[in-house]
Amino acid sequence: MELTGAEIVVRCLAEEGVEFVFGYPGGAVLNIYDEVFKQNKFKHVLVRHEQAAVHAADGYARASGRTGVALVTSGPGATNAVTGIATAYMDSIPLVVISGQVPTAAIGMDAFQEVDMVGITRPCVKHNFLVKDVKDVAVTIKKAFYLASTGRPGPVVVDIPKDVTQHKTEFVYPKKVSMRSYNPVIKGHPGQVKRAVQMILEARRPMLYTGGGVVLSNASEELTQFARLLGFPCTSTLMGLGGYPATDPLFTGMLGMHGTYEANMAMQHCDVLIAIGARFDDRVIGNPEHFFQDGRRIIHIDIDPTSIAKRVKVDVPIVGNVKDVLAEMIKLIQASKEKPDQPALKTWWTQIELWRARDCLKYDRDSSLIKPQYVIEKMYEVTRGEAYVTSDVGQHQMWAAQYYKFDQPRHWINSGGLGTMGFGMPAAMGVQFAHPEATVACITGEGSIQMNIQELSTCKQFNLPLKIILLNNRYLGMVRQWQEFFYGNRYAESYMDALPDFAKLAESYGHVGMKIEKPEDVEGALQEAFAMKERLVFMNFITDQAENVYPMIPAGKGLSEMILV
Amino acid sequence: MENEAGALSRVAGLFSARGYNIESLTVAPTEDETLSRMTIVTRGSDDVIEQITKQLNKLIDVVKVVDLSEAGHIERELMLVKVRAEGEWREEMKRMSDIFRGRIVDVTDKTYTIELTGAGYKLDAFLEALDKGAILETVRTGASGIGRGDRILKL
Ligand SMILES: Cc1cc2nc3c(=O)[nH]c(=O)nc-3n(C[C@H](O)[C@H](O)[C@H](O)COP(=O)(O)OP(=O)(O)OC[C@H]3O[C@@H](n4cnc5c(N)ncnc54)[C@H](O)[C@@H]3O)c2cc1C
Ligand SMILES: Cc1ncc(C[n+]2csc(CCOP(=O)(O)OP(=O)(O)O)c2C)c(N)n1
Ligand SMILES: [Mg+2]
Repeated sequence: MELTGAEIVVRCLAEEGVEFVFGYPGGAVLNIYDEVFKQNKFKHVLVRHEQAAVHAADGYARASGRTGVALVTSGPGATNAVTGIATAYMDSIPLVVISGQVPTAAIGMDAFQEVDMVGITRPCVKHNFLVKDVKDVAVTIKKAFYLASTGRPGPVVVDIPKDVTQHKTEFVYPKKVSMRSYNPVIKGHPGQVKRAVQMILEARRPMLYTGGGVVLSNASEELTQFARLLGFPCTSTLMGLGGYPATDPLFTGMLGMHGTYEANMAMQHCDVLIAIGARFDDRVIGNPEHFFQDGRRIIHIDIDPTSIAKRVKVDVPIVGNVKDVLAEMIKLIQASKEKPDQPALKTWWTQIELWRARDCLKYDRDSSLIKPQYVIEKMYEVTRGEAYVTSDVGQHQMWAAQYYKFDQPRHWINSGGLGTMGFGMPAAMGVQFAHPEATVACITGEGSIQMNIQELSTCKQFNLPLKIILLNNRYLGMVRQWQEFFYGNRYAESYMDALPDFAKLAESYGHVGMKIEKPEDVEGALQEAFAMKERLVFMNFITDQAENVYPMIPAGKGLSEMILV
Repeated sequence: MENEAGALSRVAGLFSARGYNIESLTVAPTEDETLSRMTIVTRGSDDVIEQITKQLNKLIDVVKVVDLSEAGHIERELMLVKVRAEGEWREEMKRMSDIFRGRIVDVTDKTYTIELTGAGYKLDAFLEALDKGAILETVRTGASGIGRGDRILKL
């Protein structure tokens, strides 16, 4: 039987086992929406802004490990989606974004609500397609899901002109698709893996530097086994948190610009650095010239060859899937008669413990003001470390990363690469859809939350019982901190005046609002809020305005040049 | 690369987005109509060339990448030069074209159009050798390259 392009789109999504489509309708996608209306295979989630649709699909993908799907109309719908797409691209998140386009005959005519979506998104997608013929709809969507979720994941845009959704053709959904130009490497090169294992067994001051690739590859178990087998210290990037259990003694905390003293020092002074699904980002190693350390050898495992030797020269590059490569290494290590030099390892750990004893995350616990760190610590206790936590971007994001100890992967969800304010709440919606029974919290700032505050309405419509933890410092705090440190206290436009009464605002959307102004009220309020399993609770914590994130490595400096409290 | 709409802009976009320079870029379909072949001339340190190669390979539309300069290869570019061909210049232009093995492909009483093929440096040398005042217009295709001997780029 012949189906219309719109029917085919919907059938393809069903074939892919899609559970949720996050979207917003408009002229160019009306045919598709009509088919969405008629089906019951997946649920459509109507957001209040297309950026939020993409962030929600993204949050769903990060929390579930599946591909997130968003549907937007042409023109402004498409451009609104771009920030979401770029956010997912920078963090390698699998998404399929379907955008409407003006009819093929109108393309290039400056038609109503026409934008060159393929052109606009080209630099921030893994791949994109403009489908000009209804016969190509099914195979293109198949390719889109395949590309998004394999290799280094990423967002794929499928732009579909309105007439294509009307035209008819026979529907066949391909079972498999292969592309001659796309063959991601999974297994590491055996020779390289052997060389790496040899180097690992000879290490005297080893360090495991793990990143988002561990989470993306679902390799937490392998990583944990690998580290424990060797007894090596382990650090993680912002994106990798939860990939290795944070409460494990081998874990030294996050590294990088706001990483712990012990993690950064060990990273700088190790003799064998094993980078696993991490990309030597500038927020992590700072200036590559300062990062360089004579005599330190580097092993780098990454599925994307462009991540290797991009900013830092490496000694043993291994292109492959983290999960497979680690499993192979574990086998070789177990089979080997050699073991790392235990006295040397012990000396190294003594050094690391000395660094750890600096207690770089200490803060004033006797303050009469609410310290943001304290809120996160208490929240960690109240949720027993089991919540899914999303965040926005700024100081609150760093405190969340530093003080909430993630023991499980896919529980920490934030925008690291693009640093998109406004990500937190829509992402949390996606997480709650992925895990309806779980506790989902969004840690945010009064600047960030206002970039997608309208989603409180979506949360009401779909009864999403999120817990919004607003660390309200009445400043664009991260900006203010830079201005304090590097711009002579000139706080240019980093002060937020005329803030709404957030509790009342939340109430007006039909949620529960709270305002917490005293340290002694923090714990009780959190307990009360998290006990409300059925309700969204918006907690407005009035925090110490002057608090800064420590440690901090100034941009362009080296890892051992930290500013400490 | 795949002979698909948009493939060229993906490559061009990659170079501008990542700040790699393109000295020239040529592209045309091949005997296999599903494929087109591109020759890019770029410059950079070994590290940069390595990144460029990897980044190109990462583009979904790119099927295969070789660095021709790694081994023996032939590089050719075509240039058309329109020159003044009046008075004493008429004889001089004919002579220069012959020396450089050019061909005069269009003649008027005032101009010659000379066609010249060769490696880029040869075309540069020809332009150097001409009297600047005689050159009215030039157009170059950019280099196309192919490996020597049994070095073959094919699927
Ligand atoms: C305000 C702010 C402050 C920040 N401060 C810090 C900081 O102090 N410390 C910090 O670490 N970050 C910080 N960041 C985040 C930083 O910008 C980067 O996003 C982050 O460091 C990158 O993490 P990553 O190296 O793990 O790479 P990701 O972006 O997570 O990339 C994953 C890597 O793994 C590879 N990969 C993917 N899948 C696989 C697989 N299956 N197998 C093998 N490899 C795979 C990918 O190719 C890629 O190279 C900050 C961000 C913001 C917004
Ligand atoms: C969309 C966007 N615009 C601007 C920035 C730059 N920026 C980074 S952090 C920050 C301040 C965030 O303020 P707030 O949400 O209140 O968080 P705080 O730092 O105070 O915890 C700004 C403006 C950004 N990351 N994203
Ligand atoms: Mg703030």
